[in-house]
Amino acid sequence: MALLSVTSPHIHKPGNTGGFMRQVLYATVPGLFMLTYFFGFGTLINIALAVGIALVCETLILKLRNKPVAFYLNDYSAVVTAVLLALAIPPTAPWWLTLIGTTFAIVVAKHLYGGLGMNPFNPAMVGYVLLLISFPKEMTTWLPAAGLDNTVTAPGIPDSLGMAFLGMNPDALSGATPLDAFKTYAGQPEVLDSNSILHGVFAGFGWEWVNVGFLLGGAYLLWRKIITWHIPAGMLLALFLLSGFFNTAVDADNYPGFLHHLLSGGTMLGAFFIATDPVTAATSNRGKILYGVLIGVLTYVIRTWGGYPDAVAFSVLLMNLAAPTLDYYTQPRTYGHRKPNKGLAKSD
Amino acid sequence: MSRHIWDFHGGIHPPENKKQSSETSIRWAGLPERLVVPVQQHIGAPAKPCVNVGDPVLKGQKLAEAAGFVSLPVHAPTSGTVAAIELRPIQHPSGMDALCVEITPDGQDEWIEHQGVGDYETLGKQEILNRIRDAGIAGMGGAGFPSVVKLGVKPDQKIKTLILNAVECEPYITADDRLMRERADEIVQGLQIVAWLIEPEEILIGIEDNKPHAIAAMQKATAGTQCEVVVVPTKYPSGGEKQLIHLLTGKEVRSGGIPADVGVVCHNTGTAYAIKRAIMDGEPLISRITTLTGDCVAEKGNYEVLMGTPVGWLLQQAGVKATDLHRLIMGGPMMGFAVHNMAVPVVKTTNCLLVPNSKEFPDPVPEQPCIRCGSCAQVCPVNLLPQQLYWFAKTKEFDKAAHFNLADCIECGACSYVCPSNIPLVQYYRFAKGEIRTQQQEQAKADHARQRFEARQARLAREEEEKERKRQERAKAAAAKQAEKKAAPAAKAAPASAAGAVDEADALAKLQTAAASTMKRYKEAQKALLTAEKNGSEHLEALQKKVEQLKAKADAAKEAFTTAKNAQGQTADAKPKPAAASKDDPFAALKQASAEDFAAYKEAEKALAAAEASGAEDVAALQQRVTELKARSDASKAAMKEARAREKEQIQAKNAAADPVKAAKLEVAKQQVLLKKASKALQAAKDSDAGADDALESNVKAAEQALEAAEHALKKIEEEQA
Ligand code: SF4
Ligand code: SF4
Repeated sequence: MALLSVTSPHIHKPGNTGGFMRQVLYATVPGLFMLTYFFGFGTLINIALAVGIALVCETLILKLRNKPVAFYLNDYSAVVTAVLLALAIPPTAPWWLTLIGTTFAIVVAKHLYGGLGMNPFNPAMVGYVLLLISFPKEMTTWLPAAGLDNTVTAPGIPDSLGMAFLGMNPDALSGATPLDAFKTYAGQPEVLDSNSILHGVFAGFGWEWVNVGFLLGGAYLLWRKIITWHIPAGMLLALFLLSGFFNTAVDADNYPGFLHHLLSGGTMLGAFFIATDPVTAATSNRGKILYGVLIGVLTYVIRTWGGYPDAVAFSVLLMNLAAPTLDYYTQPRTYGHRKPNKGLAKSD
Repeated sequence: MSRHIWDFHGGIHPPENKKQSSETSIRWAGLPERLVVPVQQHIGAPAKPCVNVGDPVLKGQKLAEAAGFVSLPVHAPTSGTVAAIELRPIQHPSGMDALCVEITPDGQDEWIEHQGVGDYETLGKQEILNRIRDAGIAGMGGAGFPSVVKLGVKPDQKIKTLILNAVECEPYITADDRLMRERADEIVQGLQIVAWLIEPEEILIGIEDNKPHAIAAMQKATAGTQCEVVVVPTKYPSGGEKQLIHLLTGKEVRSGGIPADVGVVCHNTGTAYAIKRAIMDGEPLISRITTLTGDCVAEKGNYEVLMGTPVGWLLQQAGVKATDLHRLIMGGPMMGFAVHNMAVPVVKTTNCLLVPNSKEFPDPVPEQPCIRCGSCAQVCPVNLLPQQLYWFAKTKEFDKAAHFNLADCIECGACSYVCPSNIPLVQYYRFAKGEIRTQQQEQAKADHARQRFEARQARLAREEEEKERKRQERAKAAAAKQAEKKAAPAAKAAPASAAGAVDEADALAKLQTAAASTMKRYKEAQKALLTAEKNGSEHLEALQKKVEQLKAKADAAKEAFTTAKNAQGQTADAKPKPAAASKDDPFAALKQASAEDFAAYKEAEKALAAAEASGAEDVAALQQRVTELKARSDASKAAMKEARAREKEQIQAKNAAADPVKAAKLEVAKQQVLLKKASKALQAAKDSDAGADDALESNVKAAEQALEAAEHALKKIEEEQA
């Protein structure tokens, strides 16, 4: 009889980090479905490619670092990073784009900082921004959404494979995203009014549904308690208030309405899947709200006055930088203390 | 009867698993063949055994006496003989053995004479408190704090709310539940005794809503009393004292404070029951209800168990097969301790023995990296940031952990329970808390040592200053003497060179003394070093350094002395017997005697200090010697002073003869001194209440007159000269 010596607590809630991460993967399904519906199989190919590369990179690095490979692969964190990155890469992307982005994300942004839990920056977004800066053309070549003007159809599997692996030039198929379109024609109400890309059911054509898809996924994550409401609520609220204010109070021709902002580009993916990456976000509830709000503000500012049509990735990375400081200044009030601690000053 | 229930942050809902043990009534566990009663089953000082091996004891007889205010006695759980009083394994996280009294029962179970009182009010509160203490009642829910300490309300404290903690929020445990179902009346009686003692405005009984039978029983038992049953929602850890207080009153006990600070006192169900038995039946706390549960237990349920019953024996009674044993937990699954030794006894705080099989409680899986998911922070009932605490504990940044209020963690385990990375967070916190405690203790020790050291340094510096001052005085005196000698070369027939020789001899003597005293200091330091080495003191290095320094000094002094002596020897050859002069000089002799006496005194004093420091036994003798030497030194000093004063006067007189103004001035000064002395004496007499002597007063007057006369004379002379 050998009695096991374990300190309390002796019971544990079922589930582990791998399960946690798998929930995130499940939650991407609606968004992924919409992306595939409107833009063909490119994103699915990206995902398959990215996951494969990520697993290879992760395995090699874990071997190099002398860590048990199976144990760490089981936390699914590499898969999540790969999927989130692949979701953000255009469906027209050639294979090497995904390769570079994923490798950089896993090797540099994650493992060179010490691996899971130690990375200060969201690895998927580091990979994304690297690609965006290095290959701006490839990274901004999107397709028009299927069904646009009743003429566009999503590329079939051969076209998607061709663009990914055979160097097929996507220019023939490509088209602007709603964010691009507004940026290009801002201040010209006639063009804006007649551009069908900007007029789906409530926002940009096609993209509105992609965002609704990710919103649904986010709701699932909230329901499963994988994330809390603080960061998405903060980010979406900030975006809503800013775009609403500039659209109604300043100038509707230069500043699109809140639905355009909330349902275009990477807003929902960013709010529920990227900004909520726990490793790199603020941790206390108050800190998370502030963190989300600031991401929303930065996103709006860069989209509106910056050089890039979308800005979620930049905003998230910038706020990653600020998260530790936010944490110091937003500690919760501990039971039995009058005031919360602020910074490193001890309050009573 | 609906009362507002506050909520606390966080909390979890682990599977309750209470049904397995809550549905059968309390059974008598039986009498084991030996009982091992630890003398410490409570927080505070261990009790002192008051029986001897071989003594026959009766059930309820005191085995060990309380040792101090925060301490409790323990009693014999049955009649029999004391088989041993020795160290035995007990359930303690450190795994250390503790003093236990082993009893071999005689099977008679014969009570010591005891008697309860029904109308306890007639006895007075102090008597009741004493009886509760004598019954050895400790908090039976958690840590085992002596109940009497919580009951003795300070006169300036008003307790508004008395809370009976019947929450029992830990999964698996049903001891309080069963006790309430079966003995609600007695619990309420006990509660009323407590209420009578502390006179609260309201009495609340907090029960989780997962115990409907207990709630019904308690409601029935409290009907018509001022006790109110308050049902709280099931959530772990509602039964934490501070959490329950918050739930029922909305008050927060300040960090580091106790419930009484906010006018609340909390007692556990089992404790109230034990108080009732102690007061109204006269029975000390010798048994308790313990839940035996877990899938390895065939006969799950609650047992009334004698304190000191070995766990292994008890499990056998409940049908646990030794071969099935995989894990044994004393307490609940959230906060209980793993038991390693089947011989450990049941004690006053043992509310549950949990024997799960490996399917029920799978082995812990290896921890994964923290992904900062924040689940832990969402469930922490104290609203901490467990992930940050974990981080700081892991990287040993204990000051930061403390800053993030690690001390407020109640080790409830909620954070570990939900952590998806399976990090044993509480283990990290225990580690960090332990480290911080050790650091603080070491800091306190170091501070203490530093203070002692500084005080010693200050004393030495003072002494050194004193010495320096005396040395200077002496030097001045010597200078004056020389001046005199030079001023009156005619007075002495000795040739001028003799004066030089005297000086030289003086210097030599001084050097010698210096050399001797440094040597002495060096020897002393060496001695101190030796004792320090023997005692393993911490200042060894400092001492060693000092010894080296002193040795260097001593060597230097010796060398200086030798060179000086040699040099003098050469001059001495040239000039015959110069040293004789110093011998002829009575003042020099006196001075030397005084210096020697003083040195002897100082040395003795030092020896005394050293002896005191090292705790030697001859301190008293040394002290006496020091006193004697001091007296002698004082005497010789006085003699020297007198001689010096006389000499001065002579010199002054001589000088005065040459200069009338000077003489007059001197006279004035002298009279001033006399006056001062006289008035001082008068003042002293007045202060000491000796009755202001007329004689003294007239002395003062006379002195005043004399001074006036002297001043007058001085003026006259000055005028004349002008
Ligand atoms: S629950 Fe575990 S993994 Fe999540 S933040 Fe807390 S310690 Fe880290
Ligand atoms: S063990 Fe400490 S840190 Fe963890 S939940 Fe309980 S009180 Fe909070």
